[in-house]
Amino acid sequence: MPTTETSGRPLGASVKRREDARFLTGRGTFTDDVKLAGTIHAAFVRSPHAHARIRGIDTGAARGHPGVQAVLTGRDLVAGGVQPIPVAWLLPGLKMGEHRVLAPEVVRHVGEAVAMVIADSPAAARDASELVQVDYEVLPAVVATDEAIGSDVRVHDLAPDNVAFEWSIGDAAATDAAFAGAHTVVRQRLINQRLIANAIEPRSALASYTPASEELTLYVTSQNPHVHRLLMAAFVLGIPEHKLRVIAPDVGGGFGSKVFVYPEECAVTFAARSLARPVKWTAERRESFVTDAHGRDHVTDAEMALDADGRILGLRVNTIANLGAYLSLFGPAVPTYLYGTLLSGQYAMPAIHCTVRGVYTNTTPVDAYRGAGRPEACYVVERLMDLAARAMGQDPAALRQRNFIGADRFPYQTPVALMYDSGNYQAAMNRALEMVGYEALRAEQAKLRQEGKYLGIGFSSYIEACGLAPSQVAGALGAQAGLWESATVRVHPTGKVTVFTGSHSHGQGHETTFAQLAADELGIAVDDVEVVHGDTGRVPFGMGTYGSRSGSVGGTAIHMSIQKIAEKGKKIAAHLLEAAPEDMEFTEGKFRVRGSPDRAKAFGEIALAAYLAHSMPAGVEPGLEETSFFDPSNFTFPFGTHIAVVEVDKETGDTSLRRYIAVDDVGNVINPMIVDGQLHGGIAQGAAQALWESAEFDENGQLLTGSLMEYNVPKADQLPMFETDRTVTPSPVNPLGIKGAGEAGAIASPAAVANAVMDALAPFGVTHIDMPLTPARVWQAMQGSPGR
Amino acid sequence: MYPADFEYHAPATLDEAVALLSAHKDDAKLLAGGHSLLPMMKLRFAQPRHLVDVRRIPGLSEIRAEADAIAIGARVTHRMVERSELIARRLPMLSEAAAMIGDPAVRNRGTMGGSLAHADPAADLPAVMLALDADLRAVGPKGTRLIPAENFFLSLLTTALEPTEVLSEVRIPLPSVRSGGAYEKRRHPASRFAIVGVAALVELDAKGVVSAARVAVTGLGSKASRATKTEQALVGRKPDEAELDAAARQVADGIELHDDRQGPAAYRAHLATVYATRALRRAVERARAS
Repeated sequence: MPTTETSGRPLGASVKRREDARFLTGRGTFTDDVKLAGTIHAAFVRSPHAHARIRGIDTGAARGHPGVQAVLTGRDLVAGGVQPIPVAWLLPGLKMGEHRVLAPEVVRHVGEAVAMVIADSPAAARDASELVQVDYEVLPAVVATDEAIGSDVRVHDLAPDNVAFEWSIGDAAATDAAFAGAHTVVRQRLINQRLIANAIEPRSALASYTPASEELTLYVTSQNPHVHRLLMAAFVLGIPEHKLRVIAPDVGGGFGSKVFVYPEECAVTFAARSLARPVKWTAERRESFVTDAHGRDHVTDAEMALDADGRILGLRVNTIANLGAYLSLFGPAVPTYLYGTLLSGQYAMPAIHCTVRGVYTNTTPVDAYRGAGRPEACYVVERLMDLAARAMGQDPAALRQRNFIGADRFPYQTPVALMYDSGNYQAAMNRALEMVGYEALRAEQAKLRQEGKYLGIGFSSYIEACGLAPSQVAGALGAQAGLWESATVRVHPTGKVTVFTGSHSHGQGHETTFAQLAADELGIAVDDVEVVHGDTGRVPFGMGTYGSRSGSVGGTAIHMSIQKIAEKGKKIAAHLLEAAPEDMEFTEGKFRVRGSPDRAKAFGEIALAAYLAHSMPAGVEPGLEETSFFDPSNFTFPFGTHIAVVEVDKETGDTSLRRYIAVDDVGNVINPMIVDGQLHGGIAQGAAQALWESAEFDENGQLLTGSLMEYNVPKADQLPMFETDRTVTPSPVNPLGIKGAGEAGAIASPAAVANAVMDALAPFGVTHIDMPLTPARVWQAMQGSPGR
Repeated sequence: MYPADFEYHAPATLDEAVALLSAHKDDAKLLAGGHSLLPMMKLRFAQPRHLVDVRRIPGLSEIRAEADAIAIGARVTHRMVERSELIARRLPMLSEAAAMIGDPAVRNRGTMGGSLAHADPAADLPAVMLALDADLRAVGPKGTRLIPAENFFLSLLTTALEPTEVLSEVRIPLPSVRSGGAYEKRRHPASRFAIVGVAALVELDAKGVVSAARVAVTGLGSKASRATKTEQALVGRKPDEAELDAAARQVADGIELHDDRQGPAAYRAHLATVYATRALRRAVERARAS
């Protein structure tokens, strides 16, 4: 293991990621790398139709193929007692279409699995899967978000109008009144297109069964192995939770898509138990495209009312959210509690009303994707801000500043349920304006327009709610689990430390940041801390990583355990030093008697003493290991202002991203380099949503962008060097003052880039184009304009 | 991910390769860089029973200067073309086209022969070979023949090569003194194939009048093709901006354009004009400077 470089305190230092050495040299252990003796391999037979009734499945030829061990269909799984996949967040009146692991009767999206072939090799399984004959009665499909309601096609019988839920938040009457008294109203239909996460490692599962102890072990690409264990054991497979061990080893990216319990891992686990053999499956990329939960997919009618001074009076939002063919694990929560509650943005809005209808369609299920609801909310608010600025002839930065919630108003209660923890929105905006050189840039823009060059400047002042979540609040809102986090800190007799965290790292760098945190608080070297995560057999419990929660919730649980260790250490040290425990302090790795600097015990001495236990204070147990559960009192609210600078080519409609400035306030920072990296990745994803990415289906539900040859993930040469900076407003919600940084980039950037393009197109009278802002769409908009 | 079963052959000579192709005909596919074939096999769109790997055959990866031509072996990678000082100097159009193929990983593996024999309708090199009037050398059971690029690309993914023939080399005549060439391309943001690519070679006489022009487009139709209307519009004209624009406007003539995910037909036609103008301008500049 290479030595970790630090100078001074580890906390707040850009310590190089300890995990990178193994990743960059190909020594990571991902699920597909795990080899168990006697493993057999699964391949899935998938529906080529978006909607069809299964008349029959002939597995005979597949069973006869050399090397085939078993072929299982939906009926086999039902007969084997496999239950439908549950939903983890319920809404009042939610109509839950049954989601079976293998479709027994009806398939509802292209790619839905209908049978599983298990053979001695992946190639044999794949060959045999082509021999399974499925007799389909093809049914008409409903695909488009805005066509689901009122369609003749019924995705699930229990939802005759394809509406899974109707949800609202805010005050309709107050909002109506606000609009009635408005000076200016801007309205726009906004399409937030469907996206596909495309984690670099495809999903994979390897399950094994020990008949003697009836224990199952599942290696799986999961962002939250304990949640996988709970849901698969208790809900799907009906086995005792303690008989299932879930290990999520190195995981190559998730972006939300690996939070959920998927059919394939359930099927693999069932098969491993039935056949008493290890069974492995790894997705092919084209399977990932049609079976990994997709993101976004909203059609929204939004309107904002303002007074003559440009102060916001009210916001009205009406959204149809496409949920796909089934409710994915958090599908109902994303377009509701993670969306409608964020519609106040950074602004003092007296009245807001939002209704959301979640609809079923014959498409891949939709669930959380980086930002999850918050990018959609930010896009609505920030596009409306720019439309309002345009309509009122005001500068978009000035209009935002006029409406910012003042730094003196925190904690701030919004009209949509949330209480913002802390913020200083003006400071972040000021820094961004300074970095971009706003006045000079506006002058340059005017000059370039004279030359027929179209520069655009786009703002996005975003808010997000992170650090999911106060369990009591989550429970009251329909969550089927608490959302605390746990950590065990084990001090070894040598003074080295192992941190066991329920958070999961799949790119976030926890092995570095959590080690920094522990090392800093214990006054030891970063290299003396090992971080263990992703194994229900080693970590007591955990809720996993999503919603930018690891630092603020997982980190705090570690902090709490360290506090307990410090307290116990003080008692032991006081006993050894013949001092009173209340006179002890723990600083820089030493337990000292306050006022007597020479009377001290090093951390390592106390660790050894705790395990030797030759001389312990009365009532103190031997050993030095503590476990804590942190349940936050509120969400945290990171914020910032991003500015995109684009140039649109009049001739071709091409948009090039010239500059991107991001000033973020994520509270206190453990590792600035890792936070920058999080921002960079998120900005790239969000800019890609604005300009390139889109999951598109034809009217029959076939995914037209089902490969990396068609689906435009961003590439380095399409992006500028990002210019980032931070303001620091600590969160009062957790003792570390951390707000969270994992999603900010993806939340802010679509609106920033879209606003920049509309700004560039202002001379053409173009006020709105839906994302992605492809050259063809931009060119067509310019053709239809008087300014041509 | 897992292609259908196939038998792998690695002949040491061209004759052996031809013999294998003769034995297996349509059941066999040649493998060079594998950057078109292997993805199609992994998706099982292609399921050849026999794979004939040409990578052990010597003499196919050279770039040679001849008296009046440059010969490029079929197994020369795009990266070798991109980095060849000789090609940069004598055939800058080819140099810049090679640099725009895929990404460095693709260019390090993908080959001249593979790209041409695959004949993807949005590939760059077919248009360049048409504009440069290249001859493609095919080695088969009956011996060797030279196929003009003009006659090589028949339709979507279909060439004049017989199933028993190996494409061994392309031979590109050196353009005359007062000539210049350029390649301009709108890349598909995901695949990096050409949404439209225009290769233009313009020759001027002593008075600066266009004496010959060869223009080819890719990405628009089912195969790369010559833009003869554009060529005719240029020859005998002094290539000022208006003449170039007028000629460029005819670049997609004779190609039936359809709406697709990259935009409506009208936009694609517009793009073709824009990129043709850009290619022609630079070609003329180079001709004047030569």
